[in-house]
Amino acid sequence: MQFGGDKPIFLQLAEQLEDGILTGAFPEEGQIPSITEYASTYKINPATALKGVNLLVDAGLLYKKRGVGMFVAQGAQEALRQRRSEAFYQDYIVTLVHKAKGLNLSLEQLTALLKKGYQHVD
Amino acid sequence: MSIEFEHVTKRYGSTTALDGISLTLEQGHIYGLLGNNGAGKSTLLSILTDRQIADSGTILVDGQPTRNNDAALQKLFMVGEQNLFPTGMKVERAFRITASFYPGFDMEYAVALAKKFDLPLKKKINALSTGYASIFRMILGLSVNAPYVFFDEPVLGLDARHRELFYQTLAEKFSVSGGTYLLSTHLIAEAENLIDHTIVIYEGQLLCNGPTETLLDNTYSISGPAALVDSAIVGKDVLSCQALGGLKTAAIQGTPEPNLPPELAIGRLGLQDYFIALQEFQEKQSA
Repeated sequence: MQFGGDKPIFLQLAEQLEDGILTGAFPEEGQIPSITEYASTYKINPATALKGVNLLVDAGLLYKKRGVGMFVAQGAQEALRQRRSEAFYQDYIVTLVHKAKGLNLSLEQLTALLKKGYQHVD
Repeated sequence: MSIEFEHVTKRYGSTTALDGISLTLEQGHIYGLLGNNGAGKSTLLSILTDRQIADSGTILVDGQPTRNNDAALQKLFMVGEQNLFPTGMKVERAFRITASFYPGFDMEYAVALAKKFDLPLKKKINALSTGYASIFRMILGLSVNAPYVFFDEPVLGLDARHRELFYQTLAEKFSVSGGTYLLSTHLIAEAENLIDHTIVIYEGQLLCNGPTETLLDNTYSISGPAALVDSAIVGKDVLSCQALGGLKTAAIQGTPEPNLPPELAIGRLGLQDYFIALQEFQEKQSA
C-alpha cells in the first residue's frame, strides 16, 4: 500500500492515526506502531512518519513511554471527536455547499437531501 | 560529516556531461538523484566513486579528497548496474569478499536478506537472471553499512513484489541504523515517499536541489475550463500545461492564490509529476 494524493504524506499519516483512535482501532492506553513499522509498511521516510506522529503528540493525543514506544492518551477519542466536530463546517459543509451551488440546488433542495441522508444512512 | 561536490566538470569530447556541479550530501538522508537518460547521473556517481576522473573541481568525503584515496573511498559503496565479481564466483563468496573490504558488512543480515528475497547463496553470480543479479547487488548495498551508499537503478528487472520488498527493507534499515543513501532511479513514483531530499540534474547541470516536501509544497496543479485556467495562470511561474478538449491542467511553481473561481481545482503534485513538469519546462526553454 502507498500514500498519495493531494496532501503531504505526514498529514495523511496523522489523519489515519486519528481515524484509528476514533474508531477504536488504537484504543486509549494502547500502543501504536513504531516509526520503523510505519516507514517500512508504507515505504515512507522515517522522518516523515515521525513528523506525522508528532502532530498527535503535540496535540496531547499520544504520549511517549521512554524506551517502550508511543501510546494513545487517556481521553484522546473524546478530544478528537470534539475537534472533528468543530472542523466539520470547514471540512465538509463548505465543500458540500460549494458542490450544491455548482448544481444550482436551492437551500430547500439541499436541506431535503440532508434530511433524507440523515434518516437513511447509518 | 558530508560529501561535497565543488564545481565538478566532466567532458567527453565536445559533450559536457557535468557542468560545474556543486552540491552537498549530508548524513542521515535518503537522497533521490533524478534526471532523464544522458542527464549525467551515472557520470556523477562514477566520478564520486573514483571510477572516472573529473576534468576540474573536487569531491570531498568528510573533508578528504576522493582521488586515489582509499580511506575516503572506503566510506562509499556503490550499487551499480554491473557485476564486478569474477566469473564463476558464488553469491556467498562474494558476500565474504565484500565483508573483507568493508568492516561494517553484516554477514548475518546479508544471509537473512538473501533468504527473504529467495536468492540462493550457492548460485554463481554470472548465472543469475537480471532480476536476481539486481537483488544480489542490492543486498550488498543494504548489508555493507558504509557511511554513504549509492544505488544506481536498484530495482532494474525486479518484479513488483521484490521492488516493494526492497523499498520496505530500505525504509526499515534506514529507520533502525541511519546512514546516508542515494537512489538514482527512473521509477520515481515508487520511491518518492522514501526520498526526503531531491536532486534533479538536466544536461549536466543542477536543476533542483532541496527537501522533497518543500519542493512539493511550492508547486501545485490547477485544472478546469481552459479559459479560466488561462486567466488564473497569467504572470505565474508555469512549468507545464496540458489541454484535453476544453479542460486544461497547468503545473505551477509557487503557492495558489486564495479565492480562485469555484470551477478551478487545485491539486498537489507528486515527485514524479513535478519531475516531468520540470523537464517539460526545460525542454520548452531550450527549444
